[in-house]
Amino acid sequence: MPPHANASGPAPEAFCLGRRKTQGERHKGHNRWCTAAFFFFAFSFFLLALSGCTRSEPPADLTVINGAEPDSLDPAIISTQTEMRIVKALFEGLTRLEGKNATAEPAIAHRWDMSPDGAVYTFHLRTNAFWSTGQSITAEDFVWSWRRALAPETGAEYASQLFFIKGAEDYSTGKTNAATGKPFTPEDVAVRALDPHTLRVELIGPAAFFLDLCAFPTLAAVPRFWIEKHGDRWLLAPPVPCNGAYTLEFWRLNDRVRLRRNPLHWDVANIRSELVDFLPIKSSTTALNLYETGAADVIWDKNLVPNELMDVLGKRPDCHKFDYLGTYFFRFNVKRKPFSDVRVRKAFALAVDRKQLAAKIVRSGETPTSHFTPKGMGVYEPPEGWGYDPDQARKLLAEAGFPGGKDFPPFHYLFKTDKLDEQVGVELQEIWRKELGVKMELRAMEPKVYYSAQSALDYDLSRSSWIGDYNDPNTFLDMFMTGNGNNRTGWSNPAYDELIRTANLQTDPKKRAALLRQAETLLIRDDLPIVPLWFYAGVNFYDPKKIEGIHANLLDEHPIHTIARKKN
Amino acid sequence: MYFAKRLAFLLPLLLLISVLAFALLKLAPGGPFDKERAPATAEIKRAIEAKYHLDESWWQQYCRYIGGVLRGDFGPSFKYRNHTVTDIIAQGLPVSVALGGMAFALSLGIGIPLGFWSAARRGQWGDYTGSFLAILAVCVPALVVGPLLVMGLAIQWRLLPVALWTSPAHVILPTLTLGLYFSGRVARLMREGMLTTLHEHYITTARAKGLDDTTVLLKHALRIAILPVVSYSGPLLADLLTGSFIVENLFQIPGIGVFMVNSSLNRDYPMVIGLVLLYATLLLVLNLIVDVGYSYLDRRVKYE
Repeated sequence: MPPHANASGPAPEAFCLGRRKTQGERHKGHNRWCTAAFFFFAFSFFLLALSGCTRSEPPADLTVINGAEPDSLDPAIISTQTEMRIVKALFEGLTRLEGKNATAEPAIAHRWDMSPDGAVYTFHLRTNAFWSTGQSITAEDFVWSWRRALAPETGAEYASQLFFIKGAEDYSTGKTNAATGKPFTPEDVAVRALDPHTLRVELIGPAAFFLDLCAFPTLAAVPRFWIEKHGDRWLLAPPVPCNGAYTLEFWRLNDRVRLRRNPLHWDVANIRSELVDFLPIKSSTTALNLYETGAADVIWDKNLVPNELMDVLGKRPDCHKFDYLGTYFFRFNVKRKPFSDVRVRKAFALAVDRKQLAAKIVRSGETPTSHFTPKGMGVYEPPEGWGYDPDQARKLLAEAGFPGGKDFPPFHYLFKTDKLDEQVGVELQEIWRKELGVKMELRAMEPKVYYSAQSALDYDLSRSSWIGDYNDPNTFLDMFMTGNGNNRTGWSNPAYDELIRTANLQTDPKKRAALLRQAETLLIRDDLPIVPLWFYAGVNFYDPKKIEGIHANLLDEHPIHTIARKKN
Repeated sequence: MYFAKRLAFLLPLLLLISVLAFALLKLAPGGPFDKERAPATAEIKRAIEAKYHLDESWWQQYCRYIGGVLRGDFGPSFKYRNHTVTDIIAQGLPVSVALGGMAFALSLGIGIPLGFWSAARRGQWGDYTGSFLAILAVCVPALVVGPLLVMGLAIQWRLLPVALWTSPAHVILPTLTLGLYFSGRVARLMREGMLTTLHEHYITTARAKGLDDTTVLLKHALRIAILPVVSYSGPLLADLLTGSFIVENLFQIPGIGVFMVNSSLNRDYPMVIGLVLLYATLLLVLNLIVDVGYSYLDRRVKYE
């Protein structure tokens, strides 16, 4: 097409604005434009004023980039780490995790007695523990809060944290009491208020980690009078009665959760920052930008910095890496052929060189692993699983009837739409093609579809991860018991169930660890419904010259009240 | 009369939209309470679903929902269980309206003069520059403009904050990011409108009468040439006022644009339908207003 071919017909010659005008007309046009401009700017400024962006809120003393927006701030309902970081500052339990190693220390209970068999605890509550609205906190508050968490209609996803208490699981699952012939009631849960400041708890056995559990949000005390008055919206009705180190100043979705020091807290002298902002940020670029320009003091999560920059960022003095209780792994659907054959599962595990995989894809110093539970939990020593042995892998696959991957049926790897998960999928696809000669299809799904497909066992292989809830191997191992909602492999082994059950009734920590080790050996060496790939590396970003009071630990537990900007 | 009729159609139309949205949501696999971690027991999952009536048939759920809406209750959010849909919209809508309004003002404020000027200077360097700028604005998406603006103005020169929504300074970058793209589209519409109008006989007549160019352009041509921009501005405003997913995500702005996308990913049924109804209402009402404006600007247009 020649130039100007589109100019059909005689084009009107260019118009000339502002020329050939008399003085009077010029003024008239000028005025019109002035009026237009005036209205335009007036409109803009009106909107600017209206926007509420001129909020007169003081800046926070500590700003934390926390990750996704919390679904809830109700201790019974929450289920993610980002939610718990905020809620632990607002609501306390009998104990709280404190100090460099995040061990259970007295909180609302100032001391406790344990029966010789370790199954009955008597907690003595502080007399100086108050709700932020002035009422005192009693043993009755705990009884009510725990029963509430157990009631199915509360919808507490973590209710199982209370199942170590006698009668709790029976009540929560609506079982029938054989003695009376009626369903179990809240009164059947073995938690009693002996007097306003004494709480007696009877467990099903000597749960070695019960004091750690008491620090878990599901077991925190919540304000009965407020919840009964306001229902589901109780956290939106100021002033929300809190009993933690902080009170809820406000909660604006996708803006921030602002906390203020609780002046009635029993340990108020040690709460270091007055106003704390939690920013709910999902975009890693935005998070890093805010941090780099000084608008935020701390980034809690590795997911909140761009993975591509980890090579550079990881070397900076404000990048703090640590081991923590999280495992990245994949599940087999053992109900589906050919993965119902343990030789096939083993072959797939043996073909993966985890060291290379971790070095190539995740770059924050993740530890490749063949076992599921991380090291460093008490006396527990996890067993070794299957390492990298491609020859053995090919041999096993041949034994299972697929020499060189011949006639191996088509199968897929399920993961949720996420860049890292996709990279892992692509890498595994290539590894198994090269080592075993099998062809795998990648199936990315949006999160909700992925979770529901995984629960419904509608997959062949599936990307998975798990973060420990408390410092004990049980938090990793009990999920693969028969019928557990988080099993999601179709795998069931009565020997495994029995080992976990006996272990949790064992008082001697060494014997208990040995039993759990047997169970884990079943899981990752003999039956292999899962293949662990690596342990997550925790990463916190903060400048140690400016911020103090953060200690790395296995649980990635950082009580907010100990953190503050350094005074210069 | 015509407008009364259109208003009367509004309600059935919204009802139809809500049925369609509801049906589509129900067809999508996965539910609001499918998560990485399963609830402790199957009873708890059942109890949650019973609480939100997910155990009922879909038409029962729909009737329950519409019954609530008629009483002014848009239901609880399934994702943010302490919030109702009304809570979330009341929190986010003012922010989105402010940002969208600013961006709207910006796109018209830049787009109309730019398109007008390009058309007036047709075939000259001024036209080429104007058209180039307009096409540039249209072609480069917010996903690119935003980070570039942040890199230059906020990180390199530290003139403006990188994100968040607290002071008037925080409004500038998101407004530019959102508004520039649409200013390009408005400019192109304006230029086309002007060029078509300038071919009309009445313009030739006006010039033949000896009127000077400014009067012809501003008084005679502009009024008709702006009509495409007017009809475009209805849906544009509805779009802008209900927030932008990309811009709100990039600048961490607490508007409702993020919910527009995330609530359907979260299968937060009441939230999705609440937002769909809000958007549909805005769109229908604004289109009505545009049509009123049309008949005012161009007297040849009559509605029967």
